[in-house]
Amino acid sequence: MYFGLSEEQSFFKDNIKKYLDDNATLDSIRHITNGDEKNLSREIHNGLLNLGINSLLIPEKYGGLGLDLLFAAVVSESLGGGIGPVPFIAPYVIAPKAILEAGSSEQKEKYLSKIAVNEALFGVGFSEFIGKRNDAGVSFSNGALNGRSMFVLDAQTATHILLADKKGRIFIVEINSNNIEIVNLTTVDKTRQYAEVICKDLEAEILIGSENSQEPIIKAIDAGRIMLAADTLGAAQTMINKAVDYAKERKQFGRVIGSFQAVKHMCAEMAADLEPCYALVWHAAHCHDHSPSEARLMACHAKSHTSEMGKGIAKKATEVHGGMGFTDLLGLHYWFKRIGVNRQILGSPELVREEAIQSQLK
Amino acid sequence: MDLEYGPEYQEFTKEVQAFCKKYKGLSFIDSHKTPFGTSGESGGPKMLRSKWQKILIRKGYFARSVPKEYGGYGGEADMLKSRIIAAEFSKSKTPTPMGGQGIDMLVPTLLEMGTEQQKQAYIKPTLHGEMIWCQGYSEPNAGSDLASLQTKGELIGDEWVINGQKIWTSTAQFSQMCFCLVRTEPDAPKHAGISYLLIPMDTPGIEIRPLVDMTLMPGFNEVFFTDVKISANNIVGKRGEGWTVANATLGHERGSLAPPDATMNRVNMLIHLMKKETLDDKPLIEHPIYRDRLMQIQGKVLAQQSHALRLLSAKLNPGTDVKIGKMIQKLIGTELRHELEGLAIDIMGEIGTLYENSPHIRNEGTWQFIYMYFLGLIIGGGTSQIQKNIIAERGLGMPKEPKVQGA
Repeated sequence: MYFGLSEEQSFFKDNIKKYLDDNATLDSIRHITNGDEKNLSREIHNGLLNLGINSLLIPEKYGGLGLDLLFAAVVSESLGGGIGPVPFIAPYVIAPKAILEAGSSEQKEKYLSKIAVNEALFGVGFSEFIGKRNDAGVSFSNGALNGRSMFVLDAQTATHILLADKKGRIFIVEINSNNIEIVNLTTVDKTRQYAEVICKDLEAEILIGSENSQEPIIKAIDAGRIMLAADTLGAAQTMINKAVDYAKERKQFGRVIGSFQAVKHMCAEMAADLEPCYALVWHAAHCHDHSPSEARLMACHAKSHTSEMGKGIAKKATEVHGGMGFTDLLGLHYWFKRIGVNRQILGSPELVREEAIQSQLK
Repeated sequence: MDLEYGPEYQEFTKEVQAFCKKYKGLSFIDSHKTPFGTSGESGGPKMLRSKWQKILIRKGYFARSVPKEYGGYGGEADMLKSRIIAAEFSKSKTPTPMGGQGIDMLVPTLLEMGTEQQKQAYIKPTLHGEMIWCQGYSEPNAGSDLASLQTKGELIGDEWVINGQKIWTSTAQFSQMCFCLVRTEPDAPKHAGISYLLIPMDTPGIEIRPLVDMTLMPGFNEVFFTDVKISANNIVGKRGEGWTVANATLGHERGSLAPPDATMNRVNMLIHLMKKETLDDKPLIEHPIYRDRLMQIQGKVLAQQSHALRLLSAKLNPGTDVKIGKMIQKLIGTELRHELEGLAIDIMGEIGTLYENSPHIRNEGTWQFIYMYFLGLIIGGGTSQIQKNIIAERGLGMPKEPKVQGA
């Protein structure tokens, strides 16, 4: 029995972390989020492609590495820790998962092998399947989509987008069309891209297996949620590390503030809140591949629980920094915002918990 | 990640299941005198608690790694087997072996630091449930700051003469023996002036007064020592080493106070209750606010269960770093259990306040009892605030509070 990361997984995790430490410095991230360095984001993305982040989940017969979701989870954790300003969850986890689960053999052959060699980059818009806000949503008839999807992940740099309707049917659309409009949505988190996608008689290809079953989209969403939980896990750990380091240096009343119990207890609470999330996220990723009966519940709780812990940590870690934590100068807010957006994407905690209980009462 | 135990453990699981079936419905003739261990159901065989202890030891289900000459099974410790035993006993409601401070804390301490004569004299009867121990650590003025304890021990001739008072002494009224921290070196610095003594509870000069807690049960006692004389040999370790001796096993108690599997059993009981109980003719589980709170708690318990698996794995695979992971156990485990029992009270509303043998009470009033009882565990064994100091200082390397002069 062994519960934890394998040597290869730890190696992967450390490699991504090291790459980001060296290349996605806070300074670079500032440039990227200010919009004055378009190429920098692409360079970082290319560097990570060299480490194989695009082909983790794609089976070997389509040119991928054929690894478990736990590998993707540790990559996501490192990306969260270093607020990696690159597409990952949509193109390299949700999209391949959805295509694997619901694609015909031709669709798998066609798209998975393209993702594996970086010829296809997918955005994903599943928000309305999880919870439709106001008049958003797409409808499908006669081979075309109409309507709009909100908070589509990574649409701006995509070649294709996966969209879903309320029934959980999944559609592939191409970006090179006059019938699609991509509207940039500016969220607080500028390390990643979110968009509104408007379709007018947009030609769409349905993933065959999703036509009469919601199982594929649910499986893909579970995988995405575990990735978001892992991203928050990494981001929250970085915030704790920064808070603890700061509290050991900053002096007031003639002593370092970390010697005051008011401050050290906040740090202990953050550590006690986050530590079990590692096991929860890893366990959820493991169950996703190896324990179907537990997979759904674990994925839901990984997302909602880690989101709740992350929110508290983001607040406390900022407070430990005092006024400096509130400034742009320190850049702590990038992690705060990343955690804040992870919480809402693919279902806020309340929505996800409602799914969790429904899955048990069936 | 490999969560399978392997084929030999599947065999072992079957063996334990068969054992549990054989003793289904077991109960004890003398359960009123043995405060530890679960009591099982009824309708099956009846026996003395000590006989059950011996059966469990013979099978290797209890005291597995304690050497045979001291009354144990004399095998290799096997954490997976322990886990299987705990899980199967819990599932089948088979009475667990006795626990308590003698078995959980004194026995490991003696095995590590006792003299040969002490091991021979105490371990076997303790494991058999024939010698019950209480722990004499806390005092009215030595709680979180335990090392400031003042109960005095003077060596006069070949006897220790003990004077002072202990408090929060669970099960003193049942105990034959007390392992006790006593100040024997008044001139030494506070941590270096303490000795670890073994005191027979029938020695003249010992007075036990029950201390009723908020659950209205006498869960603790005060123990008064007036010129209590015991043999000079009844010391574990050397004079002044008592703090080190005690600390060798204190960590063990902290880990075992609130196992997440037990908390998950209560979550499942609560789900059952919420399906049955109605509010305005609708089952409580269908009320969105209550079901969301239920799911929040379930998420926390799942996280702690997974975390416990990670810690188990770290024990089996040395070299894994789980330092902070171990330190948080007492804090998060006790706080979560208290929160869960409190949720059950909230969802029942006024019915949740019923107590003792009131009409309309649910689940024998256990939700209120455990809710309060766990407040005791949050405070006892190192308060949550002390746990946070430990996590911050030893886990995160944060500086200690500056010392106050004279403390």
